Amino acid sequence: MVFSVGVTDEVAIVGVGATPYYFRGESYPQTIQEMACKAILAACEDAGISVKDIDGFAYYSEAGGGYGQKLSTADFMETLGIPEVTFSATLTSGGGGSAGSVGLARAAILAGDATHVVSLMSLQQAKVRLGTIFGHMAPDPQNSFLQPSGLVGPGHLMSVLTQRHMHLYGTRREAFAEVAISTRENARNRPKALRREPLTLDEYFNGRMIAEPLCRYDFCLETDGAVAVITTRLDRARDLKQKPAKIVASAHGGRREWGRGFAWYGMNDPDFAASGHAPIAKRLWAQSGLSPQDIDVALLYDHFSPMVIMQLEDYGFCEKGEGGAFVESGAIRYNGGSIPVNTHGGQLSEAYIIGMTHLLEGVEQIRGTAINQVPNAKFALATGGPATLPVSGTILGVDE
Amino acid sequence: MSTLTSTMPPEGIHITTDDWTEPFWQAAKERKLVAPKCGDCGSYRFPPTPFCPNCQSQNTEWPELPDTARIFSFSIVRGIPTVTENVILAVVVEFDGIQDVHVVSNVIDAVAEDVKIGDELSVDFIDIAEGWKLPVFRLKK
Repeated sequence: MVFSVGVTDEVAIVGVGATPYYFRGESYPQTIQEMACKAILAACEDAGISVKDIDGFAYYSEAGGGYGQKLSTADFMETLGIPEVTFSATLTSGGGGSAGSVGLARAAILAGDATHVVSLMSLQQAKVRLGTIFGHMAPDPQNSFLQPSGLVGPGHLMSVLTQRHMHLYGTRREAFAEVAISTRENARNRPKALRREPLTLDEYFNGRMIAEPLCRYDFCLETDGAVAVITTRLDRARDLKQKPAKIVASAHGGRREWGRGFAWYGMNDPDFAASGHAPIAKRLWAQSGLSPQDIDVALLYDHFSPMVIMQLEDYGFCEKGEGGAFVESGAIRYNGGSIPVNTHGGQLSEAYIIGMTHLLEGVEQIRGTAINQVPNAKFALATGGPATLPVSGTILGVDE
Repeated sequence: MSTLTSTMPPEGIHITTDDWTEPFWQAAKERKLVAPKCGDCGSYRFPPTPFCPNCQSQNTEWPELPDTARIFSFSIVRGIPTVTENVILAVVVEFDGIQDVHVVSNVIDAVAEDVKIGDELSVDFIDIAEGWKLPVFRLKK
């Protein structure tokens, strides 16, 4: 294989597959491995390849199956009859790597190490509930500086970043409500979404406060399910069943100013009330030659509503500090917004599969088959994190 | 009257240490709030780690932090499953003049709704499991 130097658009996502989505624990007695296999098989069917063509795995979140369980390449080979694997690797840390996992697949493919690479997540919260996971962890010398505070889950931790954002920039709870409500609107016509009933401003403001300034509607769902995507060379992709979703740019990493982020809180202004994504954004724009104005749909990792606002700022969809007013203006609405966000209902209303639903929706938008299709969408941004580094982002584009 | 803020149940608060974090907790037992400072370049770091991130030295001093603590940010946590009645004010504390130290703690005995970023704090210590003491903060009057 010969690739020209500097190409960033020589691979594409060619298959996507998912299980149904379930509320926390309701996917039992299926196992994480079983759901993962179902998603892989569905992605192969979608792409029009045999599962025996799979030769690579590019994971994230330490190849975790949710939190506390593991995804295993050897198990997939044995279970699905995959004859040989020539690449098996993972991005480190947690959900921050979701969008970047296909960048890892791209690295494998452009190096000639593998041809059909799966990236996936399978999640079941029957035993451990993510919402209070830090409260259940055994104390260690580092978390002993955090755990006693009562910040028992990721949302609790991010509420502290949010408070600072409100203090510095005058951001209002109405802005978080708009993220929650607009995301819910996008989920209403989606058969697989777990929350489809409309959410009103009154309901939002009457929602139980969990970690003030955040209420229950600012927290993503706690759900089960699996999503897999298959990445391959663009020339190969053009021979397959679906319209390729080109990987136009992909980056993971971050700067020390963010570092362990909210598991550390060492950041100062302006990094504290931020998403950690500014360096990722810079690299994506440089790789692609695009700017925020070129993006047709933004699929921003929405574990907690204010973090959508901080990503909008860090990717340059609006100025730093203006994210609250930006979303309150209606800018992220599917109907009438300047940059539709989380057209699939996101993790706040559709399902939380640790970022993979954002990639799936990105592919559908580029194919032109999304339920809430943005007309003539040419470029879709998907992100992973904000979380402990690495965080990541990927721009998908139409193959023209 | 509002419920005053508290901590997680102290007898249930467990910590562990390693060689690089133990001096912090030993000082806390003597009711002193300290932080690691590089013995070569003078940079602070927190939580304690084995190297100075500025110059990579392992020479470490443990000066007491100044009495200039302020709330950098906070969250009011309610309804934690095991302690539903408690109102817990989790805070990130900054110290005037020391940019690289943020201590994560609680403000106790406060009316949560009255607290704001920038409020001045004074340190106190409470007994937790296994004979350790945990630094916590109160609003300066």
